[in-house]
Amino acid sequence: MIRFSIPRTMLALLGSFLAICFWPTESYSDLLSGTAEEVGLKVATESRENQKGFGNFTASLTMTLRNKQGKETQRSLRLKVIEIPEDGDRTLFVFDHPKDVKGTAFLVHAHKEGPDQQWLYLPALKRVKGISASKQSGSFMGSEFSYEDMGAVEVGKFTHRFLREEPCGDLKCLVLERIPKSQDSGYSRQVVWLDREELRTIQVHYFDRRNEHLKTMVVEGYAKYLDRFWRSSTITMTNLLTGKSTVLLWSDYKFGIDLDTKDFTRTALKRVR
Amino acid sequence: MLFEKTQRQILKNPFTAPGEGGKRIPASRLPAVFAVVLGVLVSMLPTTAYPAGFTDEVDISGRLSTEAWLYPQSAAYPDQHSYAGGLALETTFYVENDEGTSITVTPFLRYDAGDPERTYGDFREAYLLMYGDIGDGEWELRLGIDRVFWGVVELRSLVDIINQTDVAEHPNEKTKMGQPMAHLTWSGEWGALEFFATTWHRARTYPGPRGRQRYEFIVDQDMISYESGAKEWNIDLASRYSGLFGPLEIGLSVFNGTNREPTLLPIFLDSGLVLAPHYERIRQFGVDAQLNRGSLLLKLEAIYRAGARNSRYIQHLNTLEEEDYAAFILGSEYTLYSILGSNSDLVLFAEWTYDGRGRWATNAFENDLFIAARLGLNDTHGTEFVVSVLGSLNKSSRVLAGEFKRRLSSDNWLLHIETSAFLDIDEDDFIYYVRRDSYVKINLGYSF
Repeated sequence: MIRFSIPRTMLALLGSFLAICFWPTESYSDLLSGTAEEVGLKVATESRENQKGFGNFTASLTMTLRNKQGKETQRSLRLKVIEIPEDGDRTLFVFDHPKDVKGTAFLVHAHKEGPDQQWLYLPALKRVKGISASKQSGSFMGSEFSYEDMGAVEVGKFTHRFLREEPCGDLKCLVLERIPKSQDSGYSRQVVWLDREELRTIQVHYFDRRNEHLKTMVVEGYAKYLDRFWRSSTITMTNLLTGKSTVLLWSDYKFGIDLDTKDFTRTALKRVR
Repeated sequence: MLFEKTQRQILKNPFTAPGEGGKRIPASRLPAVFAVVLGVLVSMLPTTAYPAGFTDEVDISGRLSTEAWLYPQSAAYPDQHSYAGGLALETTFYVENDEGTSITVTPFLRYDAGDPERTYGDFREAYLLMYGDIGDGEWELRLGIDRVFWGVVELRSLVDIINQTDVAEHPNEKTKMGQPMAHLTWSGEWGALEFFATTWHRARTYPGPRGRQRYEFIVDQDMISYESGAKEWNIDLASRYSGLFGPLEIGLSVFNGTNREPTLLPIFLDSGLVLAPHYERIRQFGVDAQLNRGSLLLKLEAIYRAGARNSRYIQHLNTLEEEDYAAFILGSEYTLYSILGSNSDLVLFAEWTYDGRGRWATNAFENDLFIAARLGLNDTHGTEFVVSVLGSLNKSSRVLAGEFKRRLSSDNWLLHIETSAFLDIDEDDFIYYVRRDSYVKINLGYSF
């Protein structure tokens, strides 16, 4: 009888190998290993990667602008987004309300690195106007959102740092700090709460150039589209200095429709409705 | 009489053909024309079986506005009123089918209590639009009356030439009349190439005897003549390439056809001296470019125009001297966002405009500097302030202007106030005739 003995150390190695393979939150523990900067970058990258691959979508937006006294004003617009592989998204906004800006459209070619390109279409003049890329810190339609708050957050435009893990409502969150690389950004830094399970943005604190806590954004009402993509229904941005706030309501999400890059050119901008 | 003789010379000139000119719809025919158009549009709107199935999307929007122009200084010429004002309605009807083919019709109506020349109607738009794929790119065809904008600077449009300017509507020459055309675009990642064929030349509008901001003599729209034998039916051709090279946007254009800017020739009629518009055939090459440098935009517009004239009057021929010329505008736009920690944006403009004809230019922009600042409060009212100064670099003339825009609390109403002051206008200046026409304009509009 031949005794086939396996050394104890081998068994231990095999066991830990299997443990690693089947560990329930294996990616999670991997995710959090490394320096704060490494973890920050990994988490931000994975969060961004989770959103990728949707191809394109359209949606409607209603903005409710609320001043300090609680007086409300409504804005409405539609948008189309297309993913560009290896680059930032392209987004086309068309304003419906207020009526005097109806038909005004705004086209953004976001880039992974470097400044984005932006054009405004003014229907009364039929003019397409190239806009300074530094417009990112300006207010979007008089709301508490600035242009840079409206698009997808490209990882390459920030340096990231993992801060801590903490509960956020019913969820558990990873807290990151991200510092914009662009001098044109209105922010010195942002602190982001991402839920641990899906790495969705739950809350962001924005700090102005004087490092004062300027705004807080809270994201709610996540629903899953195409079995993969989480999209929120309500985003509230509160300005802590002025007491004003803006609520963004998303609706009519449509994915996988017949859109291509030709719908995001300056020529296409001139025929938007 | 000297002028009778010269008038006969003009009419006898084999290179000159009188014509009607694509005029605006006169007040007397307005109700009939618009009744027909509205009838056609309304018949298109219901969901009953319209042949091409233009039922997918129907949209009506527009703006009704009332405005008043006040001229605090006494008039330079007899008959001129100290006010103008009335009502204007611009409505856009839009229908689109499943393939994205659409029809857009935009009639414009204005009633003015001060100047009958400003009571009229026009089709700003009435076109069919279709587009589709071609290889990696796309084609787009627009057939009918449309407006086209070329250019990058704020002060005025230099390269822009497809549409006629509605000077009676606003002397800033930024309002355009609809132009019948076929407009084909071929675009791709390499940029866009556009071809235009336009006909039914539109006559430039001018204020009537009662209007302010006009020449000493009245432009007589019954005395229009053309160099082209086809008169207003000459087919004008144009083409434009526009491309994007990183931070540089560039447009190259060429136009070959009847000039949009007339040569105004003095003619002596029984009723007195009038100015007769004569439209030459010209060829114009244009370039417009914008370089994006973060908060700073650098801009250039330049043209070379052959077959045009300067303002030097040759009495024995009763015409203006021919001169091929170049002109350019160099500009910059600098934006300060969120100034002083507020939501407000401040945009600063500086533009230098130069015309190669120098003092014989046919406009006020022979060598001028324009400086402007626009403050946008970015509030829910969209409040905006603009102040500007346009100053001649050779003469004393200056134009100070201010503008205020604010959406009223009900959101559909927009108040727009603008004022211009003409200061120290040099007697030699082309715009000497407006020296007493400083104005305040108040416009209240309802958008729907």
